[in-house]
Amino acid sequence: MPKRRICYRGLFTGAIALLCLASVTYGVSDTLKDNVYQVEQLKPIDSMPKLKVGGKAPDFTLPAVAGGKVSLSQYRGRKNVVISFVPAAWTPVCSEQWPGYNIAKPIFDQYNAQLIGITVDNIPTLYAWTNQMGQLWFPALSDFWPHGAVADKYGILRSDGTSERALFVIDKKGIIRYIDIHDINKRPPLDDLVKELEKLTK
Amino acid sequence: MLKTKVIFFAVLVFCLTVLSTPVAAEQSTIRGDVIASITLPFPQDQNAKNYLGLTGEGSFTISQIKAQVVIIEIFNMYCNNCQREAPRVNELYQAVNKDQNLKGKIKMIGIGVGNTPLEVEVFKKNYTIPFPLFPDEDYTIHKATGEVRTPYFIGIKINADGSLGVFHTKEGGFQNPTQFLKQLVAASGL
Repeated sequence: MPKRRICYRGLFTGAIALLCLASVTYGVSDTLKDNVYQVEQLKPIDSMPKLKVGGKAPDFTLPAVAGGKVSLSQYRGRKNVVISFVPAAWTPVCSEQWPGYNIAKPIFDQYNAQLIGITVDNIPTLYAWTNQMGQLWFPALSDFWPHGAVADKYGILRSDGTSERALFVIDKKGIIRYIDIHDINKRPPLDDLVKELEKLTK
Repeated sequence: MLKTKVIFFAVLVFCLTVLSTPVAAEQSTIRGDVIASITLPFPQDQNAKNYLGLTGEGSFTISQIKAQVVIIEIFNMYCNNCQREAPRVNELYQAVNKDQNLKGKIKMIGIGVGNTPLEVEVFKKNYTIPFPLFPDEDYTIHKATGEVRTPYFIGIKINADGSLGVFHTKEGGFQNPTQFLKQLVAASGL
């Protein structure tokens, strides 16, 4: 093969390679958003409440993404607790709710409240999902097996096996002080939670 | 042989053209009159008022901002990408203010879509954001600007007659604040 032709082919291949590389570089920042599974509007609430404000919060022990297990009772007498159940990893509203709480730590600290995040996903899924949120300051727990058992105890297991988007505020005595079983399609405003935390004893 | 050369150079020119085009540049679909219709509440903070060159009470429009160019960041306090981008957006602000030719000519504001005033404040405090942020709690501005994904940047020129022209839009992070500022300055004609 003549040298000139080899040279042209080399340049041609190089140009194409550069073009491909440019496409990859451009796509990097969009990778995460493409991993969020888009869902249509869902039935706002698809479960029957089992708990009431003023009642005792059922205890639970669940595995945490960071390793080990976390029990509700370990905070008894020391901290108020906010449990944030979100329906599923890699879905639109859920993928934003916890990153929001992640930058609101000073508010939780102000009211001596520990946030606990729970989904019905398994640990590997939760690991991959929460990793893209950066370093979470609160434990993310897996209610995968027995599937959704804690969500069921809290009366928020939906008929498709996901949980409701729900917030429970539990005081240091283990008493439920606030329940927000929210429209699954919408994010609860932080303001509502803060109003409830203001009512608690630090 | 000549045909091969022509094809080769055509491909090469195409590749180089694509590579030399800034990847961040996008065709704007947001019109200046849409931005002109946005009303925002006067900031409570006097420093923010001073920065924007506003006097008075009630609400104001973008054309009232004392600047030649306004950069709007559409963000959401809950959005992970907006959080990641926040330090770079602050760098962009610092880069503008360090440049004596640009300071005062380019002003920045942020609009938190679907965010309450408290949520915007959490974002501002957490990232020590030096420019004014405004809530768009009911998504009015978000809808008017085409429900863009966040973060989203809009470069607006305030014309001598008070009309507004959108000269640049950018979806997603800009990676390099210095480079992005250069692009904005070039595109705005400052």
